[in-house]
Amino acid sequence: MKQIKILGSGCTKCKSTYNNVLEAIKQTGIEAQVTKIEDIEEMMKYNVLTTPVLVIDEVIKVKGRVPDISEIKLLLV
Amino acid sequence: MFYWVQYLADWLIYSVLGVSAQSHLGEALNFFVFDTLKIFLLLFLITTIMGIVNSYFPVEQVRNFLSRNKMHGFEYLFASSFGVITPFCSCSSVPLFIGFVKGGIPLGITFAYLITAPLVNEVAIAIFAGAFGFKVTAIYVATGIVLGILGGFTLGKLKLEKHLSPWVQGIIAGAQTEEVLLKEKHTLLQRFPGILREAFTIVKGVSVYIVIGIGVGAAMHGFLPTGFFEQYINKGQWYAVPFAVIMGVPMYSNAAGVIPVVQVLVAKGVPLGTAIAFMMGVIGLSLPEALLLKKVMNVKLIAIYFGTIAFFMILSGYLFNSIF
Repeated sequence: MKQIKILGSGCTKCKSTYNNVLEAIKQTGIEAQVTKIEDIEEMMKYNVLTTPVLVIDEVIKVKGRVPDISEIKLLLV
Repeated sequence: MFYWVQYLADWLIYSVLGVSAQSHLGEALNFFVFDTLKIFLLLFLITTIMGIVNSYFPVEQVRNFLSRNKMHGFEYLFASSFGVITPFCSCSSVPLFIGFVKGGIPLGITFAYLITAPLVNEVAIAIFAGAFGFKVTAIYVATGIVLGILGGFTLGKLKLEKHLSPWVQGIIAGAQTEEVLLKEKHTLLQRFPGILREAFTIVKGVSVYIVIGIGVGAAMHGFLPTGFFEQYINKGQWYAVPFAVIMGVPMYSNAAGVIPVVQVLVAKGVPLGTAIAFMMGVIGLSLPEALLLKKVMNVKLIAIYFGTIAFFMILSGYLFNSIF
């Protein structure tokens, strides 16, 4: 099972990233646990400067922008 | 450069739709079509150029460069100029702030970057160029950079570290110089599809604000008489500029939404400096940003930060009023 984390302090871009991730998971049928990380201290452990950030299995895949559904699907498989 | 866009707008409104050029509606519609086309063209062009620059100087690189180099005061100029080339979203201001101080970058230099980033970015430059032309835009960009330098320098001199949240002070105590990042070895041709896609996403993201902004602007353009605001606001009132900045702070919008409105304010008689001061207050200082910053600093520091920037915005307003 994949561990997916979305880092971001609740702005619109972070919400659309979250929704895109959920949709990508639904479309691929992959098993994944999705966590939103909104706490800044927790976020800084990943040493990122821009949000939103998409982390898959503890590896930063996308930062500072909203990935679209097709891009996330590619990252998931 | 944009004659053909005006020609297209004239043809569409007056010939195809048959709305009279003398009517308020005709004027408003024509302005709307012309401005929308022009601004979207500029926006796409400038976001693409900025995307190319940014793909060679990502914000991580900027941070690590500032962290490694001490440049006898020039780091303020660098930090402020870097604020122009890196894209910015107010929701990123806190991670940026922490990331900078974590790399041992002094508070004042971090502020210099944070002041300029929202004020001068690709979206602001494109819409500003569309609204006021390239000369005014160049002066605006320069003013934004100087504002960041002066604001950052002043805040740096005030020794404000004690007003940061305890956990942030802990980060500063353990700050380390950042390593040199490994550069991606891609040619421009390989990077280009990604840059274009990103430019398209940025334009799409702000398009709704621009259309609303131009809509409001177009309505005012068509229905308010020229010089309408002159009876209320003119250069002679010294208090108009500070008032404009203070009015701007509680209003939360981005450059995309506010500049088309400001353009019409200017066309209808508001002095340029006063209008720009208002715009800077709207996009450079916002209450949601203050709430986000509360996680890293106390209310007193936020007040000092906002106060200092507001002061320099007011000066910029007077400067523009004296030039134009």
